[in-house]
Amino acid sequence: MKTITFSQATLEAMREEMQRDPTVFVYGEDIVRQGGIFGQFKGLPEEFPGRVRDVPISETMIVGAALGAALTGTRPVADMHFADFIGVAFDELVNQIAKNRYMFGGQANIPLVIRAPDGIINSAAAQHSQSVEGWVQNIPGLIVVAPSSPATAKGLLKSSIRQNDPVIFFEHKVLYPQKGPVPEEEYLTPIGRAEVRKPGKDVTIVTYSIMVQKCEEAAMELEKEGISVEVIDLLTLKPLDMQTVVDSVKKTHRCVIVHEAVVTGGLGAEIASQVQEKAFFYLDAPVMRVGAKNLPIAFSSVLEKFIAANQDDIKRAVRSVLYREG
Amino acid sequence: MPFQKKEFPDKFAALSKEDKVGLLRTMVRIRAFESRVEELFLNRRIPGFVHLYIGEEAIASGVMANLSKNDWITSTHRGHGHAIAKGAQIHRMMAELFGKTTGYCKGKGGSMHIADFSVGMLGANGVVGGGYNIAVGAGMSSMIKKTDQVAVCFFGDGASNRGTFHEAMNIASVWKLPVIFVNENNQWASTTPTSFATSVARIADRAKGYGMEGYTVDGNNVIEVYNAAAALVEAARKGKGPALLECLTYRIKGHYVGDPEKYRTKEEVQKHFTENDPIIRYADWMKGKGLIDDAALATMKAEAEKEVADGEKFAEDSPLPEKEDAYNDLFSFSPSEFPEVVK
Repeated sequence: MKTITFSQATLEAMREEMQRDPTVFVYGEDIVRQGGIFGQFKGLPEEFPGRVRDVPISETMIVGAALGAALTGTRPVADMHFADFIGVAFDELVNQIAKNRYMFGGQANIPLVIRAPDGIINSAAAQHSQSVEGWVQNIPGLIVVAPSSPATAKGLLKSSIRQNDPVIFFEHKVLYPQKGPVPEEEYLTPIGRAEVRKPGKDVTIVTYSIMVQKCEEAAMELEKEGISVEVIDLLTLKPLDMQTVVDSVKKTHRCVIVHEAVVTGGLGAEIASQVQEKAFFYLDAPVMRVGAKNLPIAFSSVLEKFIAANQDDIKRAVRSVLYREG
Repeated sequence: MPFQKKEFPDKFAALSKEDKVGLLRTMVRIRAFESRVEELFLNRRIPGFVHLYIGEEAIASGVMANLSKNDWITSTHRGHGHAIAKGAQIHRMMAELFGKTTGYCKGKGGSMHIADFSVGMLGANGVVGGGYNIAVGAGMSSMIKKTDQVAVCFFGDGASNRGTFHEAMNIASVWKLPVIFVNENNQWASTTPTSFATSVARIADRAKGYGMEGYTVDGNNVIEVYNAAAALVEAARKGKGPALLECLTYRIKGHYVGDPEKYRTKEEVQKHFTENDPIIRYADWMKGKGLIDDAALATMKAEAEKEVADGEKFAEDSPLPEKEDAYNDLFSFSPSEFPEVVK
């Protein structure tokens, strides 16, 4: 094992895949001259001349051209700058990329990756702080992944680049400078498989991305209260690995879903529905959701912190499904 | 409608007699297909929406004669003509319109989503202006793989008002991508005249805003279209970058089959059809040059009609999809691998 940052882990993934396959290329705003706003592309342009490219501020082109490139024999990786800007190119994502294979009867593979830095960071305010996985959850034809650590970032990005389907790669901005252990040897993290981060027997927490570490920390504190929490890191948000979730809930009989995105219409709603459909008679308490309040993310840090879900919210939800005061 | 003519080198003159006849045959085959599709739709044998290319055949025929199967095109909701000219097979197109499993999209696409990736036809598109960036991406592939493949993006006058036009034209120019933007200005965006909805008289003028060459040709003169496309495709192939080619034409049929067309007179339509039918114009020219006679033209039309009739028979005899086929083709993997995908 070596210890590297999340940002370096994505860089290693890019480098390895670009060395392995000359048809992999990457483009985005400010990735060559700046190295990416979070330094996640530093050094890559020098190693792969012509295959790492700055583009104009043209989101419909950034997303739409990835489809054209993928259909014609290359494996593009398109960087969105901020996940929020997917909104600018929603038709390209929803009506073109997601529908292409199905609508044309499976004529072509669509090996493309949309890298989308998301989440709340440093008072970035309403248009640069969103977690937008809920926007794309309702669209058949997309794969959505969200790593939670340097190791999963590297393994999932490599898998995403090799996938013959469109993948949206949500990478939380707060994670970039964080360090973590990453295997020395080459590895892939499978798409479509959740991982149990911490085994437990009283309550299942289902979470992903930045909230995994917050849930793990909350779980450690809850241990002191005698509560044993199992933390599941989804890693892939679409398709959901409900088997892992349901197996856990059948064991713990209680489920809390935690994400940074707003609660209303979020992934938690889908997971809660599926849990009650598949494990209703195993449940000893209502399934609870923890996420941001149903508001845009405000600028002032007082407001930003209030709107976001925190560890206290997580702990409170866990206690509530155990019918404990909190 | 006046426009500044650009004299392109007469590459057409150097074509063999066979190739010159081929330009006409493509147009005649498209017309035969579209005419029968119109009847079939009106007889309720084809469901959905159908947008016909009748009267605009010279553009697809003239442009595609400059492309190989390795080149790519993106098409529009009015895409049957592009598909046929690019080399798609009529019987499989017809099967798609019938919603049969033998259709190009196994019955999942229909008229607005005709595609044959095997000949570089990257798809009709139900979203107006949806093809620009796909063509740009194809141009990027050509650049990354260092091939001389060219992408041609067909789009209508209505689509020239989409924002995607701007982003695609700009990047194509900045990166000198091998993409030719072929505008089919048929005067009508559904019920809205081009003159009402478009800020410039000549869509080709918009190329200037992107530092790109832009030309206007008579889109109902297949020779003009051929020569302009020949020059622009050759330049793109040599790495000289993109261009915009506006082809002036007229939408003879309604926006869709069944359109009551209350926004224009029958006389206006009839005048265009009798005076400016691209097939009659080119056939007459060929007759004048002794390249074809009435008997050969009649034979060509009969052959095209037979090909369409055979295609219709093939479509009729083909099986409808099984319900469970709905689960296939969403991803590269089988639904059984990830049951949650199609839960």
